[in-house]
Amino acid sequence: MTIDHDVLVLGAGLAGMRAALEAAREGADVAIVTKVHPIRSHSSAAQGGINAALGEGDSWESHAFDTIKGSDYLADQDAVEVMCREAPADIVEFEHMGVIFYRNEDGKLGTRAFGGASQARTYFVGDITGQALLVTLYDQILKAGVKVYEEWFATTLYVENGACRGLVALEMITGELHLVRAKAVIDAAGGLGRVFEPSTNALICTGDGYALAYRAGAPLMDMEMVQYHPTTLAGSGFLMSEAARGEGAYLLNSEGERFMKRYAPNKMELAARDVCSRSEVTEIAEGRGIDGNVLLDCRHLGADVILKKLPQIHEMALDYVGLDMIKDPIPVRPGMHYQMGGVKTDATGATRLQGLYAAGEVACVSVHGGNRLGANSLLDTIVFGRRSGKASAAYVKGVAGSRGGENVLHAEQARMQELLARPYTGETHARLRLELATMMDKHCGVYRNEAGLTEALKRLSGLKARYEKIAVGDKSRIFNQALTFALEVGFMLDCADAIVRSALERKESRGAQSRTDYPERNDAEWLKHILITYRTGKEPELSYAPVTITQWKPEARSY
Amino acid sequence: MQFTIEVGRYNPEGNYDERAVAGKPYPPPWDKASPRRYQTYTVDLPAHAVVLDALIAIREYQDESLAVRCACRSAICGSCAMWVNGHAHLACKSKLTTFTKDGKTRVEAPPSMPVIRDLVADMTPFWEKHHAVKPWLEAKQPEPPPMEEYRVPNAAMEELIQEVSCISCGACLMDCESFAVNPDFLGPQALAQAYRYAGDPRDAETKERLGAYSGPGGIWDCTHCYECVTQCPKGVAPLEQILKLRRLAVDAGFTNNAGTRHADAFADSVKHSGRLNELTLLPRSVGFFNILDQLKTLPSAFNMIRAGKLPPLIHKSIPGVQRIKNIFARVGGRFK
Ligand SMILES: Cc1cc2nc3c(=O)[nH]c(=O)nc-3n(C[C@H](O)[C@H](O)[C@H](O)COP(=O)(O)OP(=O)(O)OC[C@H]3O[C@@H](n4cnc5c(N)ncnc54)[C@H](O)[C@@H]3O)c2cc1C
Ligand code: SF4
Ligand code: SF4
Ligand code: FES
Repeated sequence: MTIDHDVLVLGAGLAGMRAALEAAREGADVAIVTKVHPIRSHSSAAQGGINAALGEGDSWESHAFDTIKGSDYLADQDAVEVMCREAPADIVEFEHMGVIFYRNEDGKLGTRAFGGASQARTYFVGDITGQALLVTLYDQILKAGVKVYEEWFATTLYVENGACRGLVALEMITGELHLVRAKAVIDAAGGLGRVFEPSTNALICTGDGYALAYRAGAPLMDMEMVQYHPTTLAGSGFLMSEAARGEGAYLLNSEGERFMKRYAPNKMELAARDVCSRSEVTEIAEGRGIDGNVLLDCRHLGADVILKKLPQIHEMALDYVGLDMIKDPIPVRPGMHYQMGGVKTDATGATRLQGLYAAGEVACVSVHGGNRLGANSLLDTIVFGRRSGKASAAYVKGVAGSRGGENVLHAEQARMQELLARPYTGETHARLRLELATMMDKHCGVYRNEAGLTEALKRLSGLKARYEKIAVGDKSRIFNQALTFALEVGFMLDCADAIVRSALERKESRGAQSRTDYPERNDAEWLKHILITYRTGKEPELSYAPVTITQWKPEARSY
Repeated sequence: MQFTIEVGRYNPEGNYDERAVAGKPYPPPWDKASPRRYQTYTVDLPAHAVVLDALIAIREYQDESLAVRCACRSAICGSCAMWVNGHAHLACKSKLTTFTKDGKTRVEAPPSMPVIRDLVADMTPFWEKHHAVKPWLEAKQPEPPPMEEYRVPNAAMEELIQEVSCISCGACLMDCESFAVNPDFLGPQALAQAYRYAGDPRDAETKERLGAYSGPGGIWDCTHCYECVTQCPKGVAPLEQILKLRRLAVDAGFTNNAGTRHADAFADSVKHSGRLNELTLLPRSVGFFNILDQLKTLPSAFNMIRAGKLPPLIHKSIPGVQRIKNIFARVGGRFK
């Protein structure tokens, strides 16, 4: 089947749905393609909250400074300015749409403290903020009547004459491939957590959006900047929200000591994420961990605070490690959490590939630079989701729809048939994925060095060769997940490759990139972005882009 | 620990693959005549593992053809509601040790929904019901200026957290007894969301909503079976929200419907005689002059007579009925 729309949004998380809503408001014929029902998108997992300088005594400048300092000065300051200036209006808009944000005594929006922030400026709904925003936005999409192609899995972007003109997607329920043409595509396909093990991310966060855009020719930026969250649950890697520390929880080592006093004497547990994660790894490496974990202690907060403000993580600890936070400290360790880098865009969401926009975790504007502050990512999704929706709707007014693309559809059909017909070789999606992800954690995790990264590159080329022989253990058409998992592993390999090459290139330590062989930040040489561009049949090309500095000159970063 | 999982399989195409994956053999070819059947797997997992861990282990290392929706693995995304030992649960929140019965755990798609494949149910009825209650805020006018929020007490927001906690997993609807016999019933999840908006002080259409929810398939069609309260993994307790809606609807004057008349007839009868007069309950519920609907109930009335279940023709009061009248007087409200 071939379908036409003005604007096609890939992904129905917060970024995708916000983009679709805005494009619809601008009068564009807009549709969404998503591999899971919108409500299942990973945005629902965001617990802690969303930042905005909305309260009295707060200012966008203060929010911007915290963000830029948090980014280790790698964020583009003009983009940060856009985000922080527009944040208050976006939060209030969500309130008007019906989000039941927490209130203070005056009945106005109330806040909680979050890591790396000089003011309490995080707005929240219990510890289900992401879910509350996502459901509200989904309901707005229903109200606006936006067309959603649900459980459609995008396999490739359709590029014609140097412009993105749509995509090909697999309809899971029928097993049919469709060509969806559009004058503009917004890539909002979310993160890539599954490239690492452990990760706080859902099983569906497989980096599809990065790889699709990258293969289509849009460069990726800051890919080496992978955030490890300091408090993920032992075993499963589930996130124990920063909200716990925001409410005053302690991090303890095996000696019962609040070890953050050695690493961030002022902010203690509320130092930025990269700082906390490194401190934990050091504690554990020096023998003060407990089975590879440290402890998150909430006992002194009392049952009331825990049950009212942190009910979800309380429940998770009970369900998945059998511990009651009211009475016991919880074992936690750093786990992969967020990808700061992504498809390079400007502040309207436009990528360097004409007709392709990107927003949300998959995009890199760059507002997070070397390290994202807690509660800034939800903000990123709604501010730049809205902006890309608006910009794409304006762009399509001057563009005629494509009438081609059948060749791309046929090529994809042939590719799927080949994959399905491939004989059993012993290579499965599960094995390849797990090997890849544990390898990435080992060589490209919290601490990195040249030897490890070179090894990672070597292992990656081995995995890629094996991927060419991957077999799909399900031959059905209807709901063939083995097929989509196999495609996802292909996407993840591309993401991993871009991450490792960028990490190897950056010969300094900044933000989430901690090189033991280059332990210092080096502004003279590396105050710049690394871009990586895909080239068919050749090694990818690395290039640089300057960091935009407006009013905040780089300083040493201490908490 | 070893766990035995019995999985309800269904593939409309009926072509399961026989090839060995990762050294382990696939199950024998399917009996194509009966597309749905149970297949047993054994998995080795830690003692605290959940049903979803087992399904993922099967899918990854034993049988790639097993279809199951899941994403977050931590009871947030709502993907993995299915029948576990005959009731709707989230697979990712159901501990294997708790759900092992007679040495095994049985999982299958809920029989109350159409099945697409294996454990993947067609959730269309669920989403249609959600959409049908108009689950969005109709902003109260005047809307505050763009940079100002509605001023509402935190308590009013906190009161709605219970409904907002719904992850749309569908477990409640899958086991709802009223939905099982009446596919048009809006169902527990949708009605809980209905309350979420009707109970929001910022909503302008509370009254219209209550009117719409009082119609056929609405709040009065719930039979109080309590399944939704028991099965909901997030404590949404949809029945409680339905009862809140009923109270609001009656207070708003939406009493001209079978549900309210039934409740009134019930209360009246108990108030006057201390017991239920089943002979007048039915005509009063459907309406005294609604002869057509009354006639429709005749067949079941005859069945009752045949089974000797006819209520006494002369309805007597219980001793001490005055004390019951006093209770009604104390409660007050509509029943004074
Ligand atoms: C556990 C956890 C807690 C977090 N807490 C916070 C917090 O408190 N505050 C904060 O600011 N941030 C938080 N974050 C980060 C934040 O939640 C995410 O970065 C953000 O929600 C990403 O939103 P998104 O719209 O970009 O992508 P997602 O919500 O992940 O949506 C991606 C969409 O793309 C679709 N998709 C992907 N691939 C394909 C394909 N091939 N074909 C079709 N569709 C596809 C998916 O179906 C999905 O709809 C948290 C993250 C995690 C993991
Ligand atoms: S209590 Fe009512 S809504 Fe809930 S499951 Fe039973 S019939 Fe359905
Ligand atoms: S009310 Fe509970 S059981 Fe029903 S859909 Fe929502 S979370 Fe699931
Ligand atoms: S996998 Fe998300 S709710 Fe079970």
